[in-house]
Amino acid sequence: MVESNVPPSSPAPKKEPKTNRLGFERKVYEGSKSTLCIGCGHDLITRFLIDSLWENGVPPHTVAKMSGIGCSSKTPAYFLSESWGFNSVHGRMPAIATGANAANKYLHNVGISGDGDTGSIGMGQFVHMVRRNPQCVYVVENNGVYGLTKGQFSATAEKGAKLKTGAVNDFHSIDLCAMALVLGCGFVARAFSGNMKQMKQVMRAAAAYPGMALVDVISPCVTFNNFDHSKHGFAYMKDHEEVVNQFGFVQNMENIETEMEPGEAKDVQFPDGSMIRFNALRDDHDPTDKQSALDLLLKHYEAGEILTGLVYVNPQTPSFAEVNNTVDTPLATLPAEKTRPNAQVLQTIMNRYE
Amino acid sequence: MSIATASQEALAYKIQGEPNINDMVITVATANGSGSQTSNNVLMRSIFRMGVPCNGKNMFPSNIQGLPTWFTIRVSKDGWIGRRRDADILVCMNPDSVVNDIARVRKGAVVIHEESLKIDPTRDDLICYSVPFKKMVAEVCPNAKLRKLVVNMIYVGVCCELFGIDLEIAKDALSKELKGKAKAIELNKPALEAGAVWARENLTKSDNLRVEAMPGHTDGKIIINGNEASALGALYGGCTVLTWYPITPSSSLCEALIDFMEEFRVEGDGKKTFTHIQGEDEIASVGIAIGAAWAGARAMTATSGPGISLMAEFIGLAYFAEIPVVIGDVARGAPSTGMPTRTMQSDLISCYFNSHGDTKHPVIIPGSVKECFELYCESFNIAEQLQCPVFVLTDLDLGMNNWPSDPFDMPTAPINRGKVLDEEAFKKIEKWGRYKDVDGDAIGYRTLPGSFQGGAYFTRGTSHDEYSNYSEDDRVWVANLDRLARKLETARAMMPKAIVDGAGAKKGVIAFGTSDFSIKEVLKRLRAEGKEVDYLRMRALPVGKDVLDFIRAHDEVMIVEQNHDAQMRMILRDELPEFAAKMQSLRQYDGLPLAVETVYEGLVDWL
Repeated sequence: MVESNVPPSSPAPKKEPKTNRLGFERKVYEGSKSTLCIGCGHDLITRFLIDSLWENGVPPHTVAKMSGIGCSSKTPAYFLSESWGFNSVHGRMPAIATGANAANKYLHNVGISGDGDTGSIGMGQFVHMVRRNPQCVYVVENNGVYGLTKGQFSATAEKGAKLKTGAVNDFHSIDLCAMALVLGCGFVARAFSGNMKQMKQVMRAAAAYPGMALVDVISPCVTFNNFDHSKHGFAYMKDHEEVVNQFGFVQNMENIETEMEPGEAKDVQFPDGSMIRFNALRDDHDPTDKQSALDLLLKHYEAGEILTGLVYVNPQTPSFAEVNNTVDTPLATLPAEKTRPNAQVLQTIMNRYE
Repeated sequence: MSIATASQEALAYKIQGEPNINDMVITVATANGSGSQTSNNVLMRSIFRMGVPCNGKNMFPSNIQGLPTWFTIRVSKDGWIGRRRDADILVCMNPDSVVNDIARVRKGAVVIHEESLKIDPTRDDLICYSVPFKKMVAEVCPNAKLRKLVVNMIYVGVCCELFGIDLEIAKDALSKELKGKAKAIELNKPALEAGAVWARENLTKSDNLRVEAMPGHTDGKIIINGNEASALGALYGGCTVLTWYPITPSSSLCEALIDFMEEFRVEGDGKKTFTHIQGEDEIASVGIAIGAAWAGARAMTATSGPGISLMAEFIGLAYFAEIPVVIGDVARGAPSTGMPTRTMQSDLISCYFNSHGDTKHPVIIPGSVKECFELYCESFNIAEQLQCPVFVLTDLDLGMNNWPSDPFDMPTAPINRGKVLDEEAFKKIEKWGRYKDVDGDAIGYRTLPGSFQGGAYFTRGTSHDEYSNYSEDDRVWVANLDRLARKLETARAMMPKAIVDGAGAKKGVIAFGTSDFSIKEVLKRLRAEGKEVDYLRMRALPVGKDVLDFIRAHDEVMIVEQNHDAQMRMILRDELPEFAAKMQSLRQYDGLPLAVETVYEGLVDWL
């Protein structure tokens, strides 16, 4: 860009800051400065989380942002400072998120985890969170390595992966998306922090999904696992990413102004009225077909390719809140009259024990 | 004479000679899964309905079906409900355990046994009643498949006749036990009657044991187990989220609470004012409770020893992030998987000091079914006021056995959510910090997720300052740890007070939980023999000032507990190291409820 040494004759017109439907600027959705390594993939994810929640017009104070332990789990401090946050213990964010959802079904939950946090210590809780299906944007910031403890393998590292130290991983890697599919997850997506346009659409759709929305983001660790040969590195992803579908997310109340052509499109509607419009569908995959989603994931895994996109979506899967069928008032704020039965009830019960 | 026999003599449980009215122990040996529970309950409730104080204890194996199980009814005109070591009447319905049962039964006991079972001839001291149960059940129950379930009812009939238990009352009790189901009653009643008739026509009574009506004595009383009482307490404590993982002996507490909630906490349109979640393990269970409590629910979980160990990391998080949560522990034989169906006061240390680092938590220790109700109810208020995990510690004996009690009263203390800020209150504060000690009691004010804009803060288990910001500053760390320790001092004054009986003696007994029943009985007897002794029953940790004063006021104290390492004494010695030498220890840790004989033997020479 050529620098001009000619001062402008008049000041540029002051730009009106963009606001969302709540009247908030994007900066309301920001958090503290990141302390992660420069170039860390996770910071891009944070950026798109901020974008998607802002664009979706979610009130920040209604978001509960939760995490386990790890580099990824530090990121809730870097977005939504107006939201209540809970950085809990390693691998156990699902329990916290499930409990929060039970206590107050109106919270918009965002759960940040990593491949160690979810794929190792958290594997059990992950499975059962999928089964219970509480609303939550469940983001796995997946770099194939344990960053915060300085570079050990994680369970998503590919067989044959090599560390700086020369150590080699002998074990099969876990495909969290395939697992979630088999367990009944109704929103399974994989993204790559280098494919920004796709990440935003995925995040926006995930934030509108009524149950647990898994977003497995390949997010390279520039310090410990960004070698050319690492399947979780930028170089490999750029060459081997296979995008499964293009889609646009349409918020309810938004005008439909996507670039997508209705021709080859398939629309999937969410209970809140928002919509995903899939375009340029492949012959071999309908995103509402679980079997083909699984086939595709496994096929690409064998071929060493990383499938990204919204692999599967089913808005009909009952959410935890639906199953729990609680009163309209959150359990958290029920008054005593609703939770402590009266003296007659106690007498009735006492009579049973005579 | 051995001390065991001496105590038996001293405690005067006689089977021969003058009539022994309403003072005996009946043990029935059956196989589990054979319908014996119905018969056992019918026998016990019949005696109870005659106005005679009694209670029943189950000794069951860690198994579903087919292994030996024993039911012991203590009949006591004076209302004593502690365990006596020996049975006066042994009913042998199980061939698999009969050899061992006979070998261990006390001298001179009454034995009612199946005719075909051979009784050890060297036990010529026993008073045996041989009964043809197998032949009789074939006569009253044509359906061979159901005989196994019906045969036990015959022993009830025999006992009614032999010991003077009112058969009409027994039939009523049967009807109530079977919940009025006509078919089941039709099946069982003939067996009950046949037993009584056969005994009348064939047996000559040669023992002195009798049950006689005590009209009015048990009127208005209830019979309930500790887990049901605890569940009721949680219901009346306003619990909104229950999480659990099945484990003996706490499962029935959670199942009872679920039943109560499903019956009494559903609105007209079918919507619920609670959620119960069966976690995938204890870690998830306590984590879900903590997440729910963080978001503002009144949350609890209940487990036993192994679960407490699993939960330790999350409990440390709740301690450090200051999240209220009630954790029930119904203790059992420990360590490790231990004896899942036996009782011990095994978890005092593991609850009080739970988790790594310097952590101590309030522990509430009920000593009766009524206290299970009252204290579970109150535990939620305590947890939310203190903003910390609160343990309610009982044991299998209290939790799973049926106890007589006065009916429970409506709680008087209102539900107290502690220091929670709404938007209005929040706006009045100049610079709010989640962990600021503004009131001097070491407890900050919290806001609930989602409640209003501007109230958010970040919860973390890592080091944090008063504003809950991450901090590695050494002064911030020290200040926080010091404040948490001060919070325990605030807790000390809030916990249920000890119950003190007597003052001015040189020696005192200290105990807690289910030890109370046997201790009360023995102290009455010892005092009648002229011994002077005071007694304090602790009901909580941290140790209250009243307990410390009691120890200071006596030359020696005997701390009675049902664990191996004298855990309460360890805690008390730590509180009052200068008096460590005056703290003696009396322990029973065989997995059985504390026996009167153990207490007598332990105290009689010391006093």
